[in-house]
Amino acid sequence: MAAPSAIQRIAPMVWELGIGHRPGMRVPVRVFANEKLLAEMDEKVFEQAANVATLPGIVEASYCMPDAHWGYGFPIGGVAAMDVRSGVISPGGIGFDINCGMRLVRTDLTWPELEPVLRELVDALAERVPAGVGRDGFVRLDPDGFREVLVQGARWAVAQGYGTSDDLARTEAGGCFAAADPECVSERAVKRGLRQLGTLGSGNHYLEVQVLHAEGVFDAELARAFGLDRPEQVVVMFHCGSRGFGHQVATDYLHDFLRAMPERFGLPVIDRELACAPFDSQPGRDYYAAMCCAANMSFANRQVILHRIREVFSDVFGRSPESLGIRQIYDVAHNTAKLEEHGSGRSRRKLLVHRKGATRAFPPGHPELPAEYRETGQPVIIGGSMETGSYLMAGVEGGDGAFFSTAHGSGRTMSRTRARKLVRGRELQDRMAARGILVRSSSMRGLAEEAGIAYKDVDEVAAVSEAAGLSRRVAHLLPVGNVKG
Amino acid sequence: MSEGPAFEFVDDVTSDLSFVARGATLPEVFRAAAEALLHATLAAPEMLRAVERRRVELAEPDLELLLLRFLNELVYLRDAEALLLRPGELQLEQTPAGDRLVAELAGERIDPARHVFLCEVKAATAHGLAVVAGPDGYRATVTLDV
Repeated sequence: MAAPSAIQRIAPMVWELGIGHRPGMRVPVRVFANEKLLAEMDEKVFEQAANVATLPGIVEASYCMPDAHWGYGFPIGGVAAMDVRSGVISPGGIGFDINCGMRLVRTDLTWPELEPVLRELVDALAERVPAGVGRDGFVRLDPDGFREVLVQGARWAVAQGYGTSDDLARTEAGGCFAAADPECVSERAVKRGLRQLGTLGSGNHYLEVQVLHAEGVFDAELARAFGLDRPEQVVVMFHCGSRGFGHQVATDYLHDFLRAMPERFGLPVIDRELACAPFDSQPGRDYYAAMCCAANMSFANRQVILHRIREVFSDVFGRSPESLGIRQIYDVAHNTAKLEEHGSGRSRRKLLVHRKGATRAFPPGHPELPAEYRETGQPVIIGGSMETGSYLMAGVEGGDGAFFSTAHGSGRTMSRTRARKLVRGRELQDRMAARGILVRSSSMRGLAEEAGIAYKDVDEVAAVSEAAGLSRRVAHLLPVGNVKG
Repeated sequence: MSEGPAFEFVDDVTSDLSFVARGATLPEVFRAAAEALLHATLAAPEMLRAVERRRVELAEPDLELLLLRFLNELVYLRDAEALLLRPGELQLEQTPAGDRLVAELAGERIDPARHVFLCEVKAATAHGLAVVAGPDGYRATVTLDV
């Protein structure tokens, strides 16, 4: 793993590859990292980010977040903003798992209250939040009902009784991308996703019970404002997306764009996974509308899972969710393309911002933030490996280095195949149990693939994100129970 | 290649699973790729019974896209119809206008009591996708998003 020799440090935590690095680059590549994280990035990150820099209409730079690693077409941890008139939209800039994202929930519970019932709680969560392959969700819908979900997102779930309006207020975009149009979605995608609402999935998706210890608090004032207000507080974090539905949307349009690029748009295909269409074209607008449907399915998915989590806590503790102080802190996506206004004064303009494995991090005062977070900045949820914990961070003033984006997780440093050669799932489960972390997994092989050694150091990613001025650390949350998909 | 369909997983990509499938003929290499997908998904694919049948007909401009469509059809049928399938008879026709595949698939419905899953393949991807001819037949390289 090595960065190209042409890379230049242009600020303490910013590295740049100029537009002469490879033919066709329209903007430079900029990587947010320290020396260690830069050295850990695979060579493909730089190649892929340079490919992204060739896309029509890209603005400013092709950015890589501190946790960047190899992806399909775009690197994971890639951010690219496109001019809405001359630019393109690319499924590879969003990812197959559209609106894969994180949700963090606080409780009034503390570790001493949880510890006696931890096993019961984790077993109940594993039983009642379906994870792994072939598990149906608990929400039964016909295709027309499913299309309502695609239009309304988490609002649909709340209207059905799976949550509260407060959950919606604390969800990115209120849990609904308004441009969704089910007419732009294939029957196959609907059929694939129909039974999956309320499922966690597999791979790196998980549901974790975590504890905030005193030494994990980085900013006590912000932590309190986000609802982290007591010693040894118990929180729940989960990570999942739009399941087979989103994958099918991405697959369908990737396929269509590959054909249309040379024939209809006269665009070269430099990497099939970088297939794209002009945003201001019918195929481009159709994909955007379908992508919004998948984003909404994902918001609804996380909303109904939260409902299940409330039920499980209520059953285990014999108290209502309200009396347990269960309240969502935030839900934020890290695989989307969004229309946003950036810049100031006369240079302010609307851009299509692709964030793939990157989290939006709006600063204090941003008009799109709910009233609760107008002064704090947007909560940002950074999922670490199951062994190392995760971070709650916040958007910051001046955090516009990459269109108000920051890291999304640890980022892999090792292939799944290699991780399996080095780690046995059962041994990892035992080792984690000895450290006080209960793990329930539908697949021991999948568990081995998610071992901490396969990931970058999340502490480093969070610290560099802060040092680079992208977001600031609020709290480091440590797992005590993990349900792995 | 007298030993028939064969594949191996390779340590290529950071995030996901890649494999190389081989076959003396194109139908053999497509069959080997489907078998690799099944082995990535299921702990004991040899236990899969042939009780449900499907037929798929696919056409694409080139062989690589045809293989991609074929594997993604198997992923789709797993999610949409809860079917785990492997190909029986495969007919592959190459013409100047494009390539066409007719596959007879057989397998069974997902049964959580009988099937132990290794991972959920989200999609076969176009990353590094290649189908190449060599002295011993054909070799396909595929990366699965998991």
